[in-house]
Amino acid sequence: MSVQIAQHELQPHQRLGSPGRRRLLVIVLGLILLASLSWISLFIGSGGIPAHRVLSALSSWAAGDLPQGARDTTELLILERRIPRTVLAILVGAGLGAAGVVMQAMTRNPLADPGLLGVNAGAYSAVVFGSAFMGVTIGAAHVWLAVAGALVVAVTVYLIGTSGVMGGSPAKLVLTGVAIGALLSGISFAVTLLQPEVFDRVRFWSAGSLQGRSFDEVSATLPFLIVGLLIALLLPRALNALSLGDDAAVALGARPGLTRLAGLVAVTLLCGAATAAAGPLSFIGLMVPHALRMLIGPDHRWLIPLSLLAAPVLVLCADILGRVVVAAELPAGVVTAFLGAPVLIWLIRSRAVKNL
Amino acid sequence: MTATFSVATPPDQMDGADSQNRATLFRRGVRPVRIGRFSTTFSIRTLLVTFVLLLAALAVAWWNMISGSASLTAADTVQALLGAADEGTSRVVLEWRAPRVVFTLLGGAALALAGAVFQSQTRNPLGSPDIIGFSTGAYTGALLVAASGISGLWATPAGAVAGGVGTGLIVYLLAWKRGVSGMRIIIVGIGVSIFLGSLNTYLITVLELETAMSVATWGAGSVNDISWVHVVPLLAMMFLTLPVMLALSRDMRLMEMGDDAAAGLGIKLERVRLVQFLCGILLVAIVTAAAGPIAFIALVAPQLALRLTGAPSVQLIPAAAMGALLLTTSDAIARAAIIPVSLPVGVVTLILGGGYLVWLLLSMGRSRKAKP
Repeated sequence: MSVQIAQHELQPHQRLGSPGRRRLLVIVLGLILLASLSWISLFIGSGGIPAHRVLSALSSWAAGDLPQGARDTTELLILERRIPRTVLAILVGAGLGAAGVVMQAMTRNPLADPGLLGVNAGAYSAVVFGSAFMGVTIGAAHVWLAVAGALVVAVTVYLIGTSGVMGGSPAKLVLTGVAIGALLSGISFAVTLLQPEVFDRVRFWSAGSLQGRSFDEVSATLPFLIVGLLIALLLPRALNALSLGDDAAVALGARPGLTRLAGLVAVTLLCGAATAAAGPLSFIGLMVPHALRMLIGPDHRWLIPLSLLAAPVLVLCADILGRVVVAAELPAGVVTAFLGAPVLIWLIRSRAVKNL
Repeated sequence: MTATFSVATPPDQMDGADSQNRATLFRRGVRPVRIGRFSTTFSIRTLLVTFVLLLAALAVAWWNMISGSASLTAADTVQALLGAADEGTSRVVLEWRAPRVVFTLLGGAALALAGAVFQSQTRNPLGSPDIIGFSTGAYTGALLVAASGISGLWATPAGAVAGGVGTGLIVYLLAWKRGVSGMRIIIVGIGVSIFLGSLNTYLITVLELETAMSVATWGAGSVNDISWVHVVPLLAMMFLTLPVMLALSRDMRLMEMGDDAAAGLGIKLERVRLVQFLCGILLVAIVTAAAGPIAFIALVAPQLALRLTGAPSVQLIPAAAMGALLLTTSDAIARAAIIPVSLPVGVVTLILGGGYLVWLLLSMGRSRKAKP
């Protein structure tokens, strides 16, 4: 006997045909978008460089005709500003997207996001303090500081947010993150007011922007991101088990404690490195997992790899939009907050967040 | 109605066998007062705490009067206040310091009153005008006014009030889903705040540098430029709203038992709620218009006062005293923390308030009695 299932009773991700086809669709679409957006990203921006100049610069660079010394301003802009910026957008996006998936699975909390839970604020404040009191400059060493700050805040928020009354509820975790974020940003603000030179050092970085980044930032953050991503890519099966609850996970042979520890290391590395490179960007880690879950379902074996495709698309989009919509560039962080806040409100109103 | 539901039996009419009864009627140290057909109760501890808080607030305020970059002694200040000092001294004291000190006292009280009303009405210790996005919205309003090129003494305050009230309404509506639950309104408020925060960042990049600087200074929440022009409307608003809020405080108390119970006792729920919210928002708006968004006083003061008085729920007058103490103390810290620089007081309250919020969440974790 065949059972008729009404369309509206299906989950959103079940409406688009078989799982395999949907995944294929997402992968193909994601690859096309990623490639075309990366390409567009090289052509748009300040300076008003005509497209044929961009092409000629790129072709001569690809042919190896452009050694470091022999570049004119246009070629410099393209090769040492726009290319690293695009690469960095992809890296930062991949890091934040994967971190978002891991965080939401680990805390079993649909509202988990590196920005909302204060982890990015922790990385930011650590860099401000380091800059003010230890004389660290924005460059290679501040990645370590950012990662350390992210770690401290991630552990603190998790410990406070999951303990006691309503422990682990989405609302309490978010509230804890916001409270610690407010505390840290207040202190950082006071520090930057105190020491104008620190303010000067961090201001280009604090709004969450990819403007003016070079290959130095890329090479400084790459090792952290790679290690973080490798750990995240090892976790899907354990996270799938964990999403059934700790007891069921143990019964299935997973080790929740070890999984959480590995997840924490991954999240810290990814968020710390991403924040060190681009400044605090919020909502990427919130939006991407939800969008993907609606398309391909809740299996982390697909969610984590595909978030590495989808999140860079989002960050590139935000970065390009920021360059286009106003004459003076809008930081990517502002654009992501603009796109992400409605998603947060929609999530709270939807059934995704229970007990609210 | 008032008479029926007030505490019925004065203690002096009870005999010794009724002392058990008395304990159930009055908590220890609570005394009833009757004037004609009106009666109320007051707690000795609440009175004492309020008195001490007020004294402390005045002491800090006095310290703010006599300290500062122009070195004046206490005697100079007294002379200036009595009108017996030279012109320079009396300008420093009467025109610069006095309005600021009076503003921090009154403004702190106003913010705390608003917070007490919000917390009582949302039945949530986290309900406060700044959590629901009021401050960010006020900032957005002020920036929009500046961006549209309107200028004038009242342009920024008017924009701030409109922005704040508008944001409050939007948050309320977005959180509405067969009623407004406490936690939902808070998370929606956080979302709207982040959205408006990014809008604010964008607006600042659009504005001319000078306009942006002046609005940004305002946006940090500073009482550095307060003069008597700002104090007078605040004082007027306090005179207007405080009696109304106090008159409705008994209804407010009963509404804390739940809407159904309160309605059953004959309280006109929507009217009381609307009037109380309106009073609260007007008070916050007038402070915000003058000094910019000062974070967390509204959130912290009623709860701290509640913990000190040991009362069953937030109370208006102790909260107001606490608010006055908190804002004057924050101002003192802002001025004294890093000597040559005078921090915006909003930064100090942000740090204190964020710390308090973390502590609140921690203590929610420890004692299971505390209500979320």
